[in-house]
Amino acid sequence: MTTTSRDTVTAMRASAIHAGYPGVPVLHGVSIEVAAGEMLAIVGPNGAGKSTLLKVLGGSMKPGAGSVELFGRPLDSIDRREFARTVASVGQENAVAFRFTVLEIALMGRAPHLGAFRFESPHDLEIASAALDRFDLLDLAARYVQELSGGERKRVFLARALAQEPKIALLDEPTAFLDLKHVAEIFARFRELCTERGMAVVATLHDLNAAALYADRVLLLADGAAVAYGTPAEVLTAENLRRVYETDVYVGRNPSTGALIILPAALPNARA
Amino acid sequence: MNPTAGNPAPQRNSTAHLTRTRLLSILAALAILLIVCAVAAALFGSAHISLTRAFSDPTSPDHAIFFGARLPRVLMGVIVGAMLAAVGTALQALVRNPLAEGGILGISGGGALGAILALVMSAKLGGGEAAVPLCAFGAALLSTVAVYRLAMVDGQLEPFTLLLVGVIFNAFWGAAIMLVNSVVNFYYAHSILFWLMGSLEAPTYREAAGVAGLGLAGFAVLMFQARDLNLLSLGDESAAELGVDVDRLRRTIFIATSVMIGAAVSVSGIISFVGLIVPHTLRLVFGADHRLLLPASLIGGAAFMVAADLVARVAIAPAEIPVGAITALCGGPFFIYMLRREGRRPLSL
Repeated sequence: MTTTSRDTVTAMRASAIHAGYPGVPVLHGVSIEVAAGEMLAIVGPNGAGKSTLLKVLGGSMKPGAGSVELFGRPLDSIDRREFARTVASVGQENAVAFRFTVLEIALMGRAPHLGAFRFESPHDLEIASAALDRFDLLDLAARYVQELSGGERKRVFLARALAQEPKIALLDEPTAFLDLKHVAEIFARFRELCTERGMAVVATLHDLNAAALYADRVLLLADGAAVAYGTPAEVLTAENLRRVYETDVYVGRNPSTGALIILPAALPNARA
Repeated sequence: MNPTAGNPAPQRNSTAHLTRTRLLSILAALAILLIVCAVAAALFGSAHISLTRAFSDPTSPDHAIFFGARLPRVLMGVIVGAMLAAVGTALQALVRNPLAEGGILGISGGGALGAILALVMSAKLGGGEAAVPLCAFGAALLSTVAVYRLAMVDGQLEPFTLLLVGVIFNAFWGAAIMLVNSVVNFYYAHSILFWLMGSLEAPTYREAAGVAGLGLAGFAVLMFQARDLNLLSLGDESAAELGVDVDRLRRTIFIATSVMIGAAVSVSGIISFVGLIVPHTLRLVFGADHRLLLPASLIGGAAFMVAADLVARVAIAPAEIPVGAITALCGGPFFIYMLRREGRRPLSL
């Protein structure tokens, strides 16, 4: 494992995490470190343990062994509301029971900042509206979430996470099933947040090209263990990917931008 | 997406989210509706009475009817309707299912069995007056927890499994009540029938005060959870990630709703569907925010119940229909209508 060096603040550190479900161990000693202002992509084949790792980082799953630290403090020493003001999670499934409006969902992100009986203040409204605006949702504020398209709904939940004003965002497949334009825009917004606010972003991704293009660091997981960890160019090599995905992979450079591009090298089982 | 607009003017669209002004004006409007229903229910009934004589002449039959029969009954309708609708709202939020309700999930049935057993036993063993509501509460709590646990499939609450478990519980408790009915002496048969049908017949002011106290206590507890119940609409995991202690919330709702159902059942028996019709209608009109929906259900439920009881008293006067029959006659078709809507757009009401 490479450590994040330089003068940056370590936002989150997980050391030797073992975790899983009863009788089904998933993670076998995974360690990561993400610095403030950095975007970390977790990639790997289906069942590698990406979502499980994200659940451990988000506190919704207790690791069997190993520890998670938030700005140098152990996770279990942090009160759940304080944790919610520091870390925001967006899962893959974003079902909402009952008809809440887009603005109401965004305002739910303010809950960890509010007392039990307090109504949202103009300040809270401003933060929620700014979060919606960043994801281009302000026009939809009064609409019910159930009326939105899948992509719009995804953005509503990303805006809700942003309204929490977190220092760390944990995103499980934030761009799954979205079209190219929205993928690019969502990553652009989170890159902005990394720079503007020093937000740390940890995202699980299936899309290796997105990981190569947007992430500062990449963790390649396979069978619940880290195969490689470092910059995209260090991790996303043809050899690593061939080993993990068990298929031939072509890794090259985009001739016009120099960005890393990853393609399947051959059609599996293609009959000549 | 416009990164240059750093500080957009917050949208002041008052229907897009709940504000204090909106909350208060809706509750005030519902309160007026309740007053209209309550006054109508106190004025009309199987006997014609004159209000002026009721107030001026304490020896008149008008006085006796108004203060001895109508008023306590209207009060009981207010209290029971308010509790059942608020409980329905809280249970729906807890299980994220707009079709959940104390009667439908078999919780009221459990409470009624508890109340009946307490009644029969305390006659034999000489238990105190508190035994009936206490046993109703215990049995309601047991039913709530059992229904909830049984509807869990792989850690997920299955919406249709939940309803099926409720159906089974209802049938089971109903059979158990019939069993008790056939082994105890005939003297209890009327009381048992009363619990099964649901009725606001002949309450006393003392009973009403006791039930109102329990109801208000339970409701206060629910109100403290209102925002957490909103967050629960996003799922247990998301709610936890927003700082909600989901296990504690769940336990709190279980206990508060069971206290309220136990109290309601021990005075009025099983009155179903109030907790379904009222919250659903209010949610459709005013939105899903539980900081509004809970108090709105409280007031709206009271108005609905008082109106239903008025119909129960005057429809075939001088005979009376049990009010539980009126709510079920409205509620059955309403449930089917909601279920069909659900089929098209699962869990989005």
